[in-house]
Amino acid sequence: MSVGSRGYLPWIGLAVLAAAPLTGIGNYPLHLLIMVLLWGYVYTSWSIMGRLGMVSFGHGAFLGIGAYVVVMGWNSYGLSPWFGLPVALALTAIVAFLIGYPCFRYKIVGHYFALVTLALSEVTRLIIVALRDQTGGSLGATPNTALAETSWSIGALQFSNKLVWFYVVLVFWLIGLWVWKKVDQSMARLALEAISQEEDASASIGIDVTRLKLGVTMLSALMTCVGGALYAQYQLYVNPETVSGIGISLQMVFGVIAGGMYVRLGPTVGAAFTLLLAEGLRLGFGNKFHALDTTVYGLMLVLFIIYMPKGILGAAMEGMAKKSPKPAPA
Amino acid sequence: MSAAMLKVENVSAGYAGFQALFGVSLEVKAGESVAVIGPNGAGKTTLLRAISKLIGVTGGDIAMEGRSLKAVPAHEVIGYGIAQVPENRRLFPRLTVAENLKMGGFLPSARARHDERLAFVYSLFPRMKERSGQLAGTLSGGEQQMCAIGRALMSGPKLLLLDEPSAGLAPVVVQSIFEMLKRICSEGYTVLIVEQNIRQVLKVVDRAYLLETGRIKQSGAAADLLASDEIRKAYLGI
Amino acid sequence: MGDIFDIFLLESVLNGLLLGGLLALLSLGLNLIFGVIDVVWICYAELIMVGMYAVYYFHVSFGWPLIFAMLAGILIVAAAGAALHYFVIRPVLTAEPINQLLVTGGVLFFLQAAATLVFGIEFKNLGVTFSPIVIGEISFSMPRLIAFGAALGGMLGMYLFLTRTYIGTAIRAISQDRAIMPLMGVNPNRIFLVTSALGGALAGLGACLLVLQYDIHPAIGLSFGPITFLICVLGGLGNMVGGFAAAFIFAQFISVGGFFFAIEWGYVIAFLFFIGMMFWRPQGIFGAK
Repeated sequence: MSVGSRGYLPWIGLAVLAAAPLTGIGNYPLHLLIMVLLWGYVYTSWSIMGRLGMVSFGHGAFLGIGAYVVVMGWNSYGLSPWFGLPVALALTAIVAFLIGYPCFRYKIVGHYFALVTLALSEVTRLIIVALRDQTGGSLGATPNTALAETSWSIGALQFSNKLVWFYVVLVFWLIGLWVWKKVDQSMARLALEAISQEEDASASIGIDVTRLKLGVTMLSALMTCVGGALYAQYQLYVNPETVSGIGISLQMVFGVIAGGMYVRLGPTVGAAFTLLLAEGLRLGFGNKFHALDTTVYGLMLVLFIIYMPKGILGAAMEGMAKKSPKPAPA
Repeated sequence: MSAAMLKVENVSAGYAGFQALFGVSLEVKAGESVAVIGPNGAGKTTLLRAISKLIGVTGGDIAMEGRSLKAVPAHEVIGYGIAQVPENRRLFPRLTVAENLKMGGFLPSARARHDERLAFVYSLFPRMKERSGQLAGTLSGGEQQMCAIGRALMSGPKLLLLDEPSAGLAPVVVQSIFEMLKRICSEGYTVLIVEQNIRQVLKVVDRAYLLETGRIKQSGAAADLLASDEIRKAYLGI
Repeated sequence: MGDIFDIFLLESVLNGLLLGGLLALLSLGLNLIFGVIDVVWICYAELIMVGMYAVYYFHVSFGWPLIFAMLAGILIVAAAGAALHYFVIRPVLTAEPINQLLVTGGVLFFLQAAATLVFGIEFKNLGVTFSPIVIGEISFSMPRLIAFGAALGGMLGMYLFLTRTYIGTAIRAISQDRAIMPLMGVNPNRIFLVTSALGGALAGLGACLLVLQYDIHPAIGLSFGPITFLICVLGGLGNMVGGFAAAFIFAQFISVGGFFFAIEWGYVIAFLFFIGMMFWRPQGIFGAK
């Protein structure tokens, strides 16, 4: 894991990144940057679970809960997102437990786990649509604006200046990377990797498999939930398709795999890749024929999985490792 | 001096990062019964898998009736007349005895003669006829071996390969297995048996090869090998 | 008042039975593919969607008689299934399971987007109407009855195929021991192709039955895809009998749940039932594979 080992380089990169929006790069590029960091954070949250063998196709559920609970709380009950978020987190925790506990306790893994989580994200979307009176159903919802008279409102967690959002998202992105590193370094990781190799043996030496897996799952789910809330407050529009359901859940997994699941910056690279690809296709094709861009996108995803399964960063790192000869092990 | 039916010439083979056979040569003539004996891990199963093309050969060649198997994919080997009874029987557990036998005769050229061959297998192994509707996974070890051999015979093979037919079976059952094998050999089938049970198998076959750590160390008539001092000391504990 | 309540409830139970037959057919295809090839076609419902569009265009645009349009639809989806295996699944057969899941997920995106591109997002309807069959005070929708009958017929046909033919027996055999199939003279790749085509044909049959009852649009796969997955998981992935039973149970929840609440809640209740089952009998009704 080379990012930390080159000393000052990542700090310089970070400084450049932090200063970027101040150079007047324009609103649209700034928006893209915010999106990359935001989704990078979400994808990183997913990958905490994914890299330890728990491949969830249902994180759309947690994202959706975060987004909708916060927006609904504000719109229907005047509940500030500061209070709405803990409610969303609590709900997320319950859902993550309800799905995670039986799966881990009874060793429902692999395909079974993927399908169950997939259904979870779809059911969440269905519930959001079913509650159309409160949520606006498929048409989506917008948080009532608190910015009629002012350009920022901490109580409502709304800021009209993208610059503020950039730094908020940057902080969360960094937090996400930090958590990733902590999990990576912890005993939990070693234990879980041992578990994904040989679960019964690990259990026999006293590692409480279920508790570990559940812990990581909760962490991942809660982080994703926060991401959903951030997205809703930044975008000021949510829609069941974009924050819940199979589509976004699959997208998350794609993004992480595309970037590289076992590398800390992999999910962020994946977010950048998928976002820029989608935007590029939309700009190039989207206006000529409706849905041509997403068709090409789907095709490219398939080709990607077949021909570059380790992801961009993974393949790049493999390429670099091949070029620089390593000293023979002692 | 009849030509060899199966000719294994200087074959090397192995698995990822591990070579199991080093330049092995042997031959089997029509109507003969030949054994490849040797200790655990000698490469005997690897040899049979190489002949059936379940694994690739990294050096040398294998020819059946003069035709090289080099470019032949695994599922076409049976078309050359080679049928294998795999190690541990490997019956399809949730298919019946009759269905397992049917799978043995899957080859299009064998389907026309299915009934005739089924009758033959049942005459060799009457117990199989009794249990024809039973799930193969519920058979006893000895019955499974019968079924596995019967399955291989359904394709009307010229050469029958048997991989450790006595493995994992109780001594009493082993006895009956070798009697069965003796019968098969005397019916004129060409047979190549790979076995750890040296004493028993050498009483059944015409010739044998000794395979140790991937190399042929000795070969000759079965009776001669049985009497040889080396084999008696190393393997028969005498 | 009590009488009427019972009759409508009974009607929804019976309609649930009919729905169960259809869901059983859908889950059959998925279970077949998983049981034999060990991959899950996440895009299975999208293949059905393709079949629905095929039937629609053959019947409505080309004017073919409905039965021919349906046969053509089945053939098209069967071919699609085989193509899916050959071009998309084969390259990743030896890769990690997550890649296999993702690649069919990519096909899901692709098919939905391509359908939007080619067919547009307006709902399309076959425009075939049937008058309901009324027995006593209960009315049954004709398409549902046809669907139930066809589903049973399809399952029977599959059963006969798998037990009476050489290829069918080989398909059952390969799911039990893949490695020795070449010793029988069976080319595993060919069996997988046949199985994929068969799975596609089942999806195509499902499409024919669904198109009689529902409107078509590119995202319709989302309406029954996840429920099919849940049914298969509950019955034990790869377990065809288990899937059969689970289909009927789920259908009852959807039908009766939808009777008491709005239809979406029927699905939610079914899912909650599923979660409950997982706590109680996590290996599925008939045990894991």
